[in-house]
Amino acid sequence: MYNKKVMDHFMNPRNVGEIETADGVGEAGNPHGDQMKIFMKIRDDRIEDVKFKTFGCAAAIASSSMATELIKGKTLNEAWELTNEAVAEALEGLPPGKLECSVVSREAIHNAINDYRKKQGLEPLEEQT
Amino acid sequence: MREKRFVYMDHAATTFIKPDVAESMIPFLKEHFGNPSSLYSIGIEGKEAIETAREQLAKALGAKPEEIYFTSGGTESDNWAIKGTAFSRRKKGKHIITTSIEHHAVLYPCEYLGAQGFDVTYLPVDKYGLVDPAEVEAALREDTILISVMYANNEIGTIEPIQEIGKVAKEHDVLFHTDAVQVIGAVSLDMKQKHKNVDMLSLSSHKFYGPKGTGALFLREGTQIDNFMHGGGQERRKRAGTENVAGIVGMGKAIELATANIEEHNEKIRKMRNRLLSGVLKIPSCRFNGHPEKRLPGNLNFSFEYIEGESLLLMLDQMGICSSTGSACSSGSLEASHVLKAIGVPPEIAQGSLRLTLGDANSEEDIDYVLDVLPETVGKLRDMSPFYKPSSVCEK
Repeated sequence: MYNKKVMDHFMNPRNVGEIETADGVGEAGNPHGDQMKIFMKIRDDRIEDVKFKTFGCAAAIASSSMATELIKGKTLNEAWELTNEAVAEALEGLPPGKLECSVVSREAIHNAINDYRKKQGLEPLEEQT
Repeated sequence: MREKRFVYMDHAATTFIKPDVAESMIPFLKEHFGNPSSLYSIGIEGKEAIETAREQLAKALGAKPEEIYFTSGGTESDNWAIKGTAFSRRKKGKHIITTSIEHHAVLYPCEYLGAQGFDVTYLPVDKYGLVDPAEVEAALREDTILISVMYANNEIGTIEPIQEIGKVAKEHDVLFHTDAVQVIGAVSLDMKQKHKNVDMLSLSSHKFYGPKGTGALFLREGTQIDNFMHGGGQERRKRAGTENVAGIVGMGKAIELATANIEEHNEKIRKMRNRLLSGVLKIPSCRFNGHPEKRLPGNLNFSFEYIEGESLLLMLDQMGICSSTGSACSSGSLEASHVLKAIGVPPEIAQGSLRLTLGDANSEEDIDYVLDVLPETVGKLRDMSPFYKPSSVCEK
């Protein structure tokens, strides 16, 4: 069902954990569904370190792992632009009906960035619809 | 480092084919390939083998050979019993009673009939998954034509009070069907005495170490229901279609082996099951689903809080353990099984459910291995879960 890359990120997820002194923390999920919490250490507008915790299926866990890998070292603007499709592509594809499981990563990243912006006294970025 | 091991603990899903069973089938896959309806010798050999299998099934069920009809499996048997009864008695009434925890092979035909103008009552169950015979009786109406209650539940293993429900059905002259797919080899059946009030009973070969694609419907002598498969005159004109001879032969052998010494077999399985149960219950925040005693000997069903079932199943698979879960993730939302919902497992806990079903593939070493791997795997997923706080206390 899942490809090798997804299974690798599921069995050996990168960046699992919490950062106690995080500069931005974001959470996303749906009731009775996947839930992700992300912690960012930010320096000079760049994500210096990132950790996550996820409750959900293998696709949700693998997507969280890949998403954190993709935004590590990136600027906040670059991280904001990360799409679910890009995460799925980096995972070399998700099974039908499982793409939605990667949505929480994007939302959690956005919430963490806005949490940081709020702490900095900046206006939160608007979600594009 | 511990050695990885293959552990099959999903016997409720299917079982391996026993060597003697496979052996019995081979001649009918090779030289005796004739159509049992043909009059020449290789056809007649097939026909005779089918009748031998029919006798083996009849003996195992305490039934008459004429009451056994071969089908393609449990799903067909359920469909036949339910739709066949409904369509043959619709002039008499249109009300059917079943339960909320049936297999989809019963629930969906009932839903289909509901859309065809029949009226279906889905009875609730208690927190253990038990159906109350008094509630069956209370649900009866003038126009009730069928009661269908499963013998034992495939997810949580709860064994239903079939004799009591049968008595209710008989007293009110309503046909009674039971899906007994999970119980062959675990409960001894006797259609003449103990189950004299069961009119129809479904079974499936691959749940008792026989081949897939073969099943049977016990249809009590004198019980008239509509045919389901229309075509040739096989099965005394009640079930058309050239017989799956090798499958039927295999099922005959399999039921003979599975019912040879049920109590001894159950004792062995139950002993392993109980050791696994007490070991797993040491994992904090774990809930045991189903009935403590009225339960299939090989069945265990747990819900682990703070984690998700599919993840758990896949991680266990990577460790060589085959299991099953009562939660499915589709498009980011998690849907708990209708059985876990019906027994009132809260949705956030039902998401982390795991079914382990033991059987002849298992040994005490398998129990050791699962008790070694499972707590660690649950722990790994909990460490990853934003809901889990290590201080979370166990509530048993």
